[in-house]
Amino acid sequence: MPEPAIELRALERRYGERVALSGVTVSVPAGETLAVLGPNGAGKTTLLRILAALLRPHGGSARVLGNTLPGEAWRSRGRVGYLGHAPLLYRELSGRENLRYHARLHGVGADRVEEQLTAVGMQRRADSPVRELSRGMVQRLAAARATLHAPDLLLLDEPRAGLDPAAAELLEPLVGRQSGRTRVLVTHDVEGGLAEADVALGLKDGRQVFAAAGIDAEEARGLYG
Amino acid sequence: MIGTARAILRKDLAIEWRTKESVPAMALFVVVVYVLFHFGLNRDSLDGELASGVLWVTLLLAAIIGVTRLFAAEREQGGIDGLLLAPVDRTALFVAKATGMFLYLVALEVVAVPVFGVLLLGPALSGAFPELLPILLAADLGLAAVGALVSALASESNARELVVPLLLLPLLVPLLIAAASATEPLLRQTPVAEDLGRWLVFLAGYDLLFCLIALAVFDFLLDD
Repeated sequence: MPEPAIELRALERRYGERVALSGVTVSVPAGETLAVLGPNGAGKTTLLRILAALLRPHGGSARVLGNTLPGEAWRSRGRVGYLGHAPLLYRELSGRENLRYHARLHGVGADRVEEQLTAVGMQRRADSPVRELSRGMVQRLAAARATLHAPDLLLLDEPRAGLDPAAAELLEPLVGRQSGRTRVLVTHDVEGGLAEADVALGLKDGRQVFAAAGIDAEEARGLYG
Repeated sequence: MIGTARAILRKDLAIEWRTKESVPAMALFVVVVYVLFHFGLNRDSLDGELASGVLWVTLLLAAIIGVTRLFAAEREQGGIDGLLLAPVDRTALFVAKATGMFLYLVALEVVAVPVFGVLLLGPALSGAFPELLPILLAADLGLAAVGALVSALASESNARELVVPLLLLPLLVPLLIAAASATEPLLRQTPVAEDLGRWLVFLAGYDLLFCLIALAVFDFLLDD
């Protein structure tokens, strides 16, 4: 049986005295999607940042792409695409310059940058400084940045935020189910998230409420009560 | 590692060229301070110890501006996360930031030293050259290494404008002593290169020590 892409056991994370995550246990097979649901402050972004090896877990265990975090995090670096709240783009640089910079960090060729600009429909505005672009355009560039190196695992925090329906459609092959990648999708769109998910993880106040397949929308909405 | 450092440096220089946030601010600061000294000391010209002290203390204070801004784009625009997600040697970030700071300091001194010569220096500035050049470069190297280290350390602090000078200035005391002592004989009415070799060796040792410390600890500074 192949090893799951993500395997979390009793995962914990604190900020000082405050418990941000506690007892999170979930397994995600390769190529499947985990939807992470929960109200603001539930620990969704913390979970995503742990999976990206940007934060260390304080308890439990986490294996991502077959590597134990944080000790073997360096092995999965470059195989993870992270699309969080911040676009990770420099405002004074153009979209093309930003993507070229990230391409150099990931050892990806310049032709891939042009492919990505085309894929997100940003060729015409590729040389405009990011600070002059609309939120939706920045989000499209951020998606291009997160998938530039063809990662095996996508960590997505509200990936469609600020996008109009046409732009959301455009990004589907990159960050949607069509991408065929293992995905962790943080969203407040309960119905949309569950429709995309193979497994759903519900968090409230840092604690796991559910982690299973086939969660119905009514149960998931209970997280927000 | 060198390729990554070059990419980061190129990005930083492009941002500085467009925003003009660091070098012009540092240059303006030194010009204003030299004008203030010119009038505040109520002397037409300085030489020797006083000239050397004024030159170096002003340069070090101006450097604080650059050091404070060195990691600003990384902190405010998620650059550190972008770097941590990539399969690169994190030391490249230190190399790029220290090189960038070194270049900012050289650019600053291209403006600051002639202005100092015109506004404050009694003896002709030409008397201090070419011996002043290796002193400036050796001091810049140490300042850039310590600056990049301190800037990374302070970058996660909300009070980095306070933290940077509090950490940086004490670490720069040996550098200031060496640079000012090496420069002092060059700014006398009759310039001489006294003990220059000894002070340059001291500065080189300081540079090497802080480069090694930075290379050893920089990876941990970026960790959660």
